[in-house]
Amino acid sequence: MAEIVLDKVTKRYPDGALAASEVDIDIADGEFIILVGPSGCGKSTTLNMIAGLEDISSGELRIGGARMNEKAPKDRDIAMVFQSYALYPHMSVRENMAFPLRLAKVDDREVREKVDEAATILDLTNHLDRKPSNLSGGQRQRVAMGRAIVRSPKAFLMDEPLSNLDAKLRVQMRTSVSKLQKQLGTTTVYVTHDQTEAMTLGDRVVVLRGGYVQQVGSPQFLYEQPANLFVAGFIGSPSMNFFPASLADNRLNTPLGEVELTDRVRRLLEGKDAPREVIAGVRPEHFEDAGLLDEPTRSGGATFRAKVDVLESMGSDKYAYFTVEGEQAVSSELEELAADAGATEVPETGSQVVTRLSAASTATEGGTTELWFDRDKVELFDPSSGVNLTYSG
Amino acid sequence: MTMIGTATPRRKVQWSLLDLAVVIYALVPVLWIVSLSFKTKETLNDGNFIPRSWTLQSYIDIFQTTEFLRALVNSIGIALISTLIAVVIGTMAAYAVARLEFPGKRLLIGVSLLVAMFPQVSLVSPLFEIERALGLFDTWPGLILPYVTFGLPLAIYTLSAFFKEIPWELEKAAKMDGATPAQAFRRVIAPLAAPGVFTTAILVFILTWNDFLFAISLTSTEASRTVPAALSFFTGASQFEDPTGTISAAAVVITIPIIVFVLFFQRRIVAGLTSGAVKG
Repeated sequence: MAEIVLDKVTKRYPDGALAASEVDIDIADGEFIILVGPSGCGKSTTLNMIAGLEDISSGELRIGGARMNEKAPKDRDIAMVFQSYALYPHMSVRENMAFPLRLAKVDDREVREKVDEAATILDLTNHLDRKPSNLSGGQRQRVAMGRAIVRSPKAFLMDEPLSNLDAKLRVQMRTSVSKLQKQLGTTTVYVTHDQTEAMTLGDRVVVLRGGYVQQVGSPQFLYEQPANLFVAGFIGSPSMNFFPASLADNRLNTPLGEVELTDRVRRLLEGKDAPREVIAGVRPEHFEDAGLLDEPTRSGGATFRAKVDVLESMGSDKYAYFTVEGEQAVSSELEELAADAGATEVPETGSQVVTRLSAASTATEGGTTELWFDRDKVELFDPSSGVNLTYSG
Repeated sequence: MTMIGTATPRRKVQWSLLDLAVVIYALVPVLWIVSLSFKTKETLNDGNFIPRSWTLQSYIDIFQTTEFLRALVNSIGIALISTLIAVVIGTMAAYAVARLEFPGKRLLIGVSLLVAMFPQVSLVSPLFEIERALGLFDTWPGLILPYVTFGLPLAIYTLSAFFKEIPWELEKAAKMDGATPAQAFRRVIAPLAAPGVFTTAILVFILTWNDFLFAISLTSTEASRTVPAALSFFTGASQFEDPTGTISAAAVVITIPIIVFVLFFQRRIVAGLTSGAVKG
């Protein structure tokens, strides 16, 4: 067990492509940290550099205080779980799990004990003599985990370990991975592109974009205090709605109507050289059906009328989608997020807004409803730099 | 599934008939040779497919001449050594071709393809001169060298295809599990590549075993003459005697090692050995 420190770790490929740029992360002993971002953001490259499967171009990697840059993967004492599981097909489950121990020249009795112990933890005892080809996806995934835990390494590295499982199994395995990590208390670095996995698993989450760390923090912090447009749009499901807006005399003019800034927002904006034209972000859950609110709450926000295009009833909540006419919020970060979500394929006029209303809402599809949003929860971003102007962290 | 995959009784019969036709077509010349080898000298030219009178005389004859026995030893020795060298070097080269990016990789692949396609007959005269100058003419190395040369491209091409099938992540996993590159190769990659290695060995062995061109051009005595070449020097007991019987017997005998070789290695070629390594 050990802490892992990435000190300005950079990966530059011979062709000049920059996969990771000055990544600074301090991972505490026993911490579960998630690297998350859209494909091509450098999260897997960063993981491979920690593993030793890719060279570090510049910067330093320290595990347990010792410099690791030049060490071969086998000398770093870390275990890795691959997206494809990478089980050895010619070996039985037992042999697969025993492989790292055999390489470490552990004696037979101890190998047996450790493999049996790991098999018990992972509920694989009945499958020890089977070959990987005869196992189900979930079982294979557990064997891969087993191979990682048998030799009690300093740290676990996991490269999208659940992405090959079907949705239901993924949720189930997510809890068991989390439980296992807590039980073993081993430092874990986990790569995923799924923000739900990132939010539910990690002690802390590192959001990466184009090789640059965008923000590091606990899932709740990232949700409440996104440092920029990219993090704001990436974290949270459904994602935050963005509108072009303009600031004037402590009032914010949005396509949803003009609202007065709350004291909190006004204080945050002070001292920051906020431009007149900004991008306003409101999360779906900060909208509500105005008809359901009492007067004091209502006055804490702004109301507007909108024609609901689509209404999805989830039982516990209702998701109402409507379109705001006019220009869309434009920024390179939002374009990238849209591309990652595949949204560029859909031609749109105006911007689509998602709102999460309580189940009691009387909104109907195609009907016009009075909606409300919390003006204290509005986040404002600088359209040119993407910086969150209401960031207080 | 495609239509070919469905096994209705009608389809089975159709396929069986087709298979049978192909097998007969392929085997008739072989059976004809076998039949000739069992015929007595008198009935050799009678045109019967099944010999009227059976004899083992031709077989006894060839095994009594040192000419054939010596050639058989040469053939087996040269073919096995050539196969071994070509497969070992080919395995390493193919691994590099499949896995690594190195300067000149495309050139290497290009050159090996060129070697494989090069008309061997145009090389015979220069090789003859070179080998005579180097003292390699009519020796085992004198034949092993060209066989390895022509076996290697075949080995590299076949094996690199097999290596490409093995997921790279297995090797990364082995490294993470604490294996040195050599251990990763020996304990993970080699066992998985085994079917490919055996397939390649069979192909290279057959290639060298059947060669006639180099065998006849680069040998002059029993010291290194292989069976295909030796067969052409077979004569009857007297000048006027037809050696057809003995040639047929020898031809039958030299197919046996091929059959043994293939049967021996075929048991090791387990298809789909890599299934289950990754997701799926």
